[in-house]
Amino acid sequence: MILLWLIVVLVGGGLLAWLAARVHPLLCRWISLAAVLVDLALAFIEAFRHVSSGNAGMNTWFEQVDWSWIPQFGIHFHLALDGLSLLLVLLTLVLGVVSVVISWSANIKALGFYHLNLLWILAGILGVFLSLDLFLFYFSWELMLIPMYFLIAIWGGERRTYAAVKFFLFTQLSGLLMLIAILALYFAHYHATGVYTFQYTALLGTPLSPHMAMWIMLGFFIAFAVKLPMFPFHTWLPDACAEASTATNVILAGLLATTAGYGMIRFLFPMFPGAFRTFAPVAMTLAVLTILYGAILAFSQTNLMRLLAYASISHLGFVLLGIFSGSAIALQGAVMTLIAHGISTGALFVVAGSIEDRTHTREIGVMGGLWDTAPRLSGAGLFFALASLGLPGLGDFVGEFLILLGTYRSHIAMTVVAACGVLAATFYALRFVQLAFQGPNLRPWRLPDLALREGLTLGAMMVVLLWLGLYPQPVFHTFAQAANHLPALWR
Amino acid sequence: MTASDVLALLPLLLIAGSSVAVLIAAAVGRNHAVAFGLSLAGLAASFCSVFFVPATQVTALLDIDGYALFFFGLISAASFAVALLAYGYLRNRDIDKEEFYVLLLVATLGAMILAASSHFASFFLGLEVLSIALYALIAYFGDRPLPVEAGIKYLVLAASSAAFLLFGIALIYADLGTMDFARIEHILAANPNPNLTLLLPGVALVVTGIGFKLALVPFHMWTPDVYQGAPAPVTAFVATVSKGGMFALLLRYFAQSGINRFAPALLVFTIIAIASMLAGNLLALLQSNVKRILAYSSIAHMGYLMVALEVGGAIGASAVVFYLVAYFIMTLGAFAVVTVLSAEHRDADQMEDYRGLFWRRPVLALIFTAMLLSLAGIPMTAGFLGKFYIIAAGAAAGSWALILILVIASTIGLFYYLRIVVILYQQPGDANQPLPLRMPAAGLVLAALTVILVWLGVYPSSMLQAIHTAIGSLL
Repeated sequence: MILLWLIVVLVGGGLLAWLAARVHPLLCRWISLAAVLVDLALAFIEAFRHVSSGNAGMNTWFEQVDWSWIPQFGIHFHLALDGLSLLLVLLTLVLGVVSVVISWSANIKALGFYHLNLLWILAGILGVFLSLDLFLFYFSWELMLIPMYFLIAIWGGERRTYAAVKFFLFTQLSGLLMLIAILALYFAHYHATGVYTFQYTALLGTPLSPHMAMWIMLGFFIAFAVKLPMFPFHTWLPDACAEASTATNVILAGLLATTAGYGMIRFLFPMFPGAFRTFAPVAMTLAVLTILYGAILAFSQTNLMRLLAYASISHLGFVLLGIFSGSAIALQGAVMTLIAHGISTGALFVVAGSIEDRTHTREIGVMGGLWDTAPRLSGAGLFFALASLGLPGLGDFVGEFLILLGTYRSHIAMTVVAACGVLAATFYALRFVQLAFQGPNLRPWRLPDLALREGLTLGAMMVVLLWLGLYPQPVFHTFAQAANHLPALWR
Repeated sequence: MTASDVLALLPLLLIAGSSVAVLIAAAVGRNHAVAFGLSLAGLAASFCSVFFVPATQVTALLDIDGYALFFFGLISAASFAVALLAYGYLRNRDIDKEEFYVLLLVATLGAMILAASSHFASFFLGLEVLSIALYALIAYFGDRPLPVEAGIKYLVLAASSAAFLLFGIALIYADLGTMDFARIEHILAANPNPNLTLLLPGVALVVTGIGFKLALVPFHMWTPDVYQGAPAPVTAFVATVSKGGMFALLLRYFAQSGINRFAPALLVFTIIAIASMLAGNLLALLQSNVKRILAYSSIAHMGYLMVALEVGGAIGASAVVFYLVAYFIMTLGAFAVVTVLSAEHRDADQMEDYRGLFWRRPVLALIFTAMLLSLAGIPMTAGFLGKFYIIAAGAAAGSWALILILVIASTIGLFYYLRIVVILYQQPGDANQPLPLRMPAAGLVLAALTVILVWLGVYPSSMLQAIHTAIGSLL
């Protein structure tokens, strides 16, 4: 039941916040924060109950909710939690708290509707991580789009309409291809067994001809690849990031990509092992291309948000590489990277947003010498840039190191090229630090430094990254539970 | 004709009776509220009668089975909503209002006859009753150029397409010697390889007549002009009741006569479906008038329905009916918003009328958004499940090419729905907004439609059950 509450609290909190905004703006903000915090507390309770109590690895699913929803199609309202989804739910809610907190002081029009969208997109993302019925999964997958569309289209920058429509069209088309794939699988399962069902566990063993399996897997893959985003389907992300507000960017880059990574781990290999193996070389090549392409483009951006978006694309290339490498170590690295990338990229967007609030620009060329006037902000910027370029001791390093380690055992050439991506990260991350924070303060900028609220948010994210970097064992331990019921290739 | 036959005809008789009652009342003394009240009562009574009327075949002409009763309910409910919209829309205008309701009821009767027809004679009769009432309804504001132009256009094209239809019926009759759908089925079943010389042109001409009414490509030319010219409530009626009645007939005709079994006919329907989906969505991209956008979008929606129709079988038929229900709700909803925003001298069909609506009337803007997202097929709405059902039907039959085209077409469609949605949330311009009329009844319609839209989108089981029962009597 706690799984249902996770979603209900967010949906209900969103509605309440919307109504409360008419009474007082502060009430709306507090209700939103309370809703996300309650959810986070619930998720932590789950984590302590199942992971630390030592029964991890015993059951396939920690907890389940399974109700018949549309019996005519065999559709169930089926939520379930395992180690993988638990980790990502925690990430979602942490970034959810961050995005509510950093919207606090901003002067936001239609405040109530803004928070409604913010909480509902979090609910949609939780739905994706928890659904164990493919119809429900697709339902949540599509449902994420609408709040995000509004967040970009209403509260975005100058070209927000273009960015929002582009985002919507890319994800909708790829999503519909996934729907066709889901239905193809559904009917294939019916022909094999005579049962109409969308249940993940039932569909897992559906016998498919190699040809059919490949097509169905491609349908899923396209949807995930667009959302990740993978080269050459990535063009919507920089445009969206360049226009969206800070909190939106945190969710856009930090969480939507995570849903794609989750989808690949949960569905692609377990359902279509044969097709997955056949397709892996292509996907890995694309992953390496994504790493390099993202890094090179990040290096040449002048808009700070676009730089971060391309950097994010480059990191997500590693996730793709890790998932398709077929190695258990690399898969652990991919999960680690998803989490660390969510935190560090989210934090970088918070820093970038704080700079924008103060300087009213997103152009890196205009900044410079901010360290003189806002040392705490700049220090935070440096910290997260270092995290992003893979400094040992921080979460990103662990993830990318494991991916390269795991991939090296089977694909040496790919690993070598991908490692160049790590090198390139040094260039774009340090270029950002140098241009924005260091050098002479020519303007000269006179800016207020981090406020307590911002400082606490960023400080907490630093602690999480340090924890992930120095003591990643709880993450691996939790994921190991989920990996237990993943097929043998990954063990 | 026995007493039970009369009872079975009750939904039709109630509509016909109330139209006569409105006429008599208007002859005694013109009163808008009385005409409105009588029509609502007639439509509501007809809707309620659907639940206890026995299902029987009444003469060879009308088959009042569960399927027909389902559509009776749908059509009378939709007309009920249109009447509520029309009341506020007509109230403050300097024009005779009572005849509007008479025409509306007669047109509703025509659509219901179509839904129950099991014979070409009743088919033609229903079609003409519907069309003739519509000519007058479309051109109801005789003092304005656009409605008159739309009415004339509809008159000329509908009359000529009716002639095609008649000729087609005659050819089929000449070949098979019957106009009864079920008898046609028998004859074709007994002779699987009939001589197609007369039959095929006959079917083609019938399809022309049906295609015109449904505005399928290439018979769609009238749609944008009529949608734009007709008063907004009438446009809502043309888009839903008129097309819905015809589609109900088409589905029955396919299911009962088995005439779609011939490969050439199937090929033609495939081409029509693809052309409607693509042309409707692509042409809508070029429009800047909201009513015209909705017109082209309705062409595309008819194309989606054709995909499910082609698939056939129980799943295809249920997909058609479910999608029609969803289409009724979202189209009525969209035109209800247009109606609500319309001023006295013109309908709110310019994009500018919608700029920044969210900041002026947030609830109305959110409802319009919900309707448009439903038309685009986004979850939590009836339109999503409808599209899901159609794609599922296509996947069940393995028509991958058709559903792939459907997916691409509906992504193109998303683009222009989003264009309207975007405008709703932009900062309001300083252009003079026309002062909308006050319509509390329309607000009620909008609220009800939104609730049903979301209800069907989230929990469609009971509707699916009802459709399953209705389809059961057809197949």
